[in-house]
Amino acid sequence: MMATSKKILEQEPSEIEMLLPWHAAGTLNARDVRRVEEALARDPELARQYAAIREEYAETIGLNESLGAPSARAMQKLFAAIDGEPVRKPSAMRNIAAGISGFFARLSPRTLAWSAGLGALALLVQAGVIGLVLVKNQNASFQTASLSVNEPITRDLTPAAPPRAFVRFAPEARVADITALLDSYQASIVDGAKDGMFRLQFKPMSKDETAGLMRKLQKEKIVSLAVAAQ
Amino acid sequence: MQVLYGRHHVRVFRFGFRLVRDEQVAEDLISEVFLDVWRQAGKFEGRSAVSTWLLAITRFKALSALRRRKDVELDDEAANAIEDTSDDPEVAAQKKDTGVALRKCLTALSPEHREIVDLVYYHEKSVEEVAEIVGIPENTVKTRLFYARKKLAELLKAAGVERGWP
Repeated sequence: MMATSKKILEQEPSEIEMLLPWHAAGTLNARDVRRVEEALARDPELARQYAAIREEYAETIGLNESLGAPSARAMQKLFAAIDGEPVRKPSAMRNIAAGISGFFARLSPRTLAWSAGLGALALLVQAGVIGLVLVKNQNASFQTASLSVNEPITRDLTPAAPPRAFVRFAPEARVADITALLDSYQASIVDGAKDGMFRLQFKPMSKDETAGLMRKLQKEKIVSLAVAAQ
Repeated sequence: MQVLYGRHHVRVFRFGFRLVRDEQVAEDLISEVFLDVWRQAGKFEGRSAVSTWLLAITRFKALSALRRRKDVELDDEAANAIEDTSDDPEVAAQKKDTGVALRKCLTALSPEHREIVDLVYYHEKSVEEVAEIVGIPENTVKTRLFYARKKLAELLKAAGVERGWP
């Protein structure tokens, strides 16, 4: 079983022969350790070579250890040089930005896509919850802490009800068009879409202004129906 | 920086010393290496061990220092010509002290072979780490160490030390 170690003067060394020094130094991975040990067990010539390597290993360490350590002068020189360097201002924002970009850079494209989808969904849910809370609290009243024996002193703080309208958008209306319309009217969707009808709410305004708004809304290209609602 | 220096300066010094063969130059080298590290700390990407990064910088600095020193030749002749008060390999062999002969021969290797032997045996670097430090492919790392060992065996044989390999 002399196949593993080759006559090196004539042939190229085998892979196992070349790995022997790392085995001696204990820096091989588990798979290669197993390969080397199996080869050593069956090949006496390789084992002889390994014994020579162990000697080289020990003497290399001995030789390096005999070199001693640098004097304190080296350290003094280093820290004097560092003191002479211009002061660096570490940028906390840069570190944070680097951390965030590093985090996203480590994510796979698939993970990133899923994360973005979940983020968008979370935003929609949040918007829905906020809308619901606002609608529910519209009739809220405020009661003072003082107590009246005969009748409670309450003050209705409900603002003047903002105008609302039921709107049906044209089938060809795109989301971008609807969003642009909502922006231009400073309106928000408070309910919908039941039977294709959305309930929109506008900023508070007078009755005349509301009537003008409804007329204008009915003329919009992407609006097929607009009626005032409570 | 003090912690980093305290932890690594001796190994950096020894690696540099083995390459430049001059204690004074090696000391200057470690100041330069750690100053570079201080300046470039932000560039360290953590992909490799700090010691690997340090040794790569040390090697670069040592080779630059050698290039600056025109009086130092990077060949075996120059290595052998450096004055050494200890016994030469033949005398060491006569004393049947293989260890001493081995150390002499390790010193007589070419810088290219010395550095790879030191990195693997003393600095305990893996094939991948040596490749990173020296800047050569992993397969070249393996073959270079093999031929460094072969050269070592030849030097020992010339000094009258037979180890049964090759």
